[in-house]
Amino acid sequence: MLLIHCPYCEETLPEAEFAHAGQAHVVRPENPSAQSDEEWENFLFIRSNVKGPHYERWRHVHGCGRFFNAVRDTVSDRFLTTYKAGAPRPDLETLTGEVK
Amino acid sequence: MSETISALNNAGYSGLVRIDETGLQGMITLRGDLSLTTVKKVATTASGATFPGQRQITVSDTGALAWMSPDELLILCPYEEVSDRLAKMTKTLGNTNALAVDVSDARAIFAISGEDARDVMAKLCPVDLHPEVFKPGEIRRTRLAQIAAAIWMEDDDNFRLICFRSVAQYAYDVLKVAAAAGSAAGFHAAQDPV
Ligand SMILES: [Zn+2]
Repeated sequence: MLLIHCPYCEETLPEAEFAHAGQAHVVRPENPSAQSDEEWENFLFIRSNVKGPHYERWRHVHGCGRFFNAVRDTVSDRFLTTYKAGAPRPDLETLTGEVK
Repeated sequence: MSETISALNNAGYSGLVRIDETGLQGMITLRGDLSLTTVKKVATTASGATFPGQRQITVSDTGALAWMSPDELLILCPYEEVSDRLAKMTKTLGNTNALAVDVSDARAIFAISGEDARDVMAKLCPVDLHPEVFKPGEIRRTRLAQIAAAIWMEDDDNFRLICFRSVAQYAYDVLKVAAAAGSAAGFHAAQDPV
């Protein structure tokens, strides 16, 4: 079973307690009305399809309920790290994938 | 006035372990900044228990206090005392940005007791229930098969489980299946230190 570290519960827990919640660090425009159709479409629908380390949102839905971010390798399904929502994007160079 | 009854009205089953829906239980959810003195005070006063650490549950004579998430606590108390305790909480909280709500009738609570309790629970919850890992004093919000649940241990052979009232029948049925005669796993007993 895939194990995921919840940065809020500070424990490494089974995937069955978590839900995937899409790509991370997608910033909502401050003034949506000022967006062109193309920019708005980009914000709403256009996502990268990464092969390798991918920044993702996850939710500890059957636990504390919190959303957090993760870097997951889409090839190996390995979680390189997880971090609290709002925390800066970790530098991929520094990630070892060792469970904290 | 109509008679208030719990989800399964104290249903009980004896199999590998004893399963009981333990009836009406007062439950108050408190959400807010858990580092605030007022929030801590309100929680400990209402539950009579000491403030729990992360993933912990503390017990008092008349209730318990559980850490549910970084901004949520659950207070257990006698069902009849909920309105009183809640009123006091709301008064003390005053303008503090926090919310205390009576959730007693939204939930169901079960006791799972017996030597095989760890085995029965381990069939349904993706939790490491090894006696050296999961001990009395800890609480886990997790899944019970397909539903959300919170579990903790009163002592080494006794689990408590809270789930939503709407899925109480499912919880009871799935617990009965896991505790059916002839389905002993004997896993945790075999793990006991000699
Ligand atoms: Zn969590």
